[in-house]
Amino acid sequence: MDNTGALSEQMRAIPLENFIMLSLILFSIGVMGILMRRNLIVVFLSIELMLNSINLMAAAFSSYHNDPQGQAFVFFIMVVAAAEVAVGLAMLVMIYRNTKSIDINSLDKLKW
Amino acid sequence: MSEIFFYALSAIAIACSLLMLFQRNAMYSVLYLLVCFFAVAGLYIMLNAQFLAVVHIIVYAGAIMVLFLYVLMFLNLNTPAAFTKTNFLRMAAIMTGGSLFLLLFASFYKSELVEMPMPVTNTTGDVQTLGKVLFNEFLIPFELTSVLFLSAMVGVIIMNKKDKANG
Repeated sequence: MDNTGALSEQMRAIPLENFIMLSLILFSIGVMGILMRRNLIVVFLSIELMLNSINLMAAAFSSYHNDPQGQAFVFFIMVVAAAEVAVGLAMLVMIYRNTKSIDINSLDKLKW
Repeated sequence: MSEIFFYALSAIAIACSLLMLFQRNAMYSVLYLLVCFFAVAGLYIMLNAQFLAVVHIIVYAGAIMVLFLYVLMFLNLNTPAAFTKTNFLRMAAIMTGGSLFLLLFASFYKSELVEMPMPVTNTTGDVQTLGKVLFNEFLIPFELTSVLFLSAMVGVIIMNKKDKANG
């Protein structure tokens, strides 16, 4: 217990603002990736990155407020992300079977 | 000491996510994001959220990233440079992401955070506390996640079954 006590003593040195800044940067990188890449897999990876940044921010708030409910929410977000990835990758495989590519720009049948 | 750890971990996370974006080969993108996730797990440990750190590594590194790699190898999609956008669109995406970051940063900068109760107790993120929270207040959502997983699994299997009628 002494060990973890020392850890939390040290954690006072890091303000909450640093964690918020980090998750803002990661979220923006994720948005950039979704807009920039055409490879469908990289777009999925960017979505995962955005989910992660939000998880990090929620965990930081919960830890600094000393409220475990926020971390329970992070757990549920992880669960939903896992299900989302499974369904999304299944859709990706199906898209690849139908169009023989995973380029986003090949999916323009619903345009206009 | 812990500041050094924090800055090192966040530098790794940001650098790896940027490398993930600018990588031509999707396989390397997945691997860079894996490194980024390990850095985020280290940050969870710095937040004293041990349960989340372990679950993060198991779920993300152990399940999701392996699924990505599996699909990449399954589809044999290692054809780099097949996806190029025009430079204009690339610049537009970078500008959009940057201005979104500016917007978020401005709203964060103008907001006044409540002075946090600084002493972080050690029991907020450990397995015992979170288990009590999950099985008392969040019992019904917790049980519903199993239904969610079951429906996702059935959906994936049905979606990817070869359609007999269409060949």
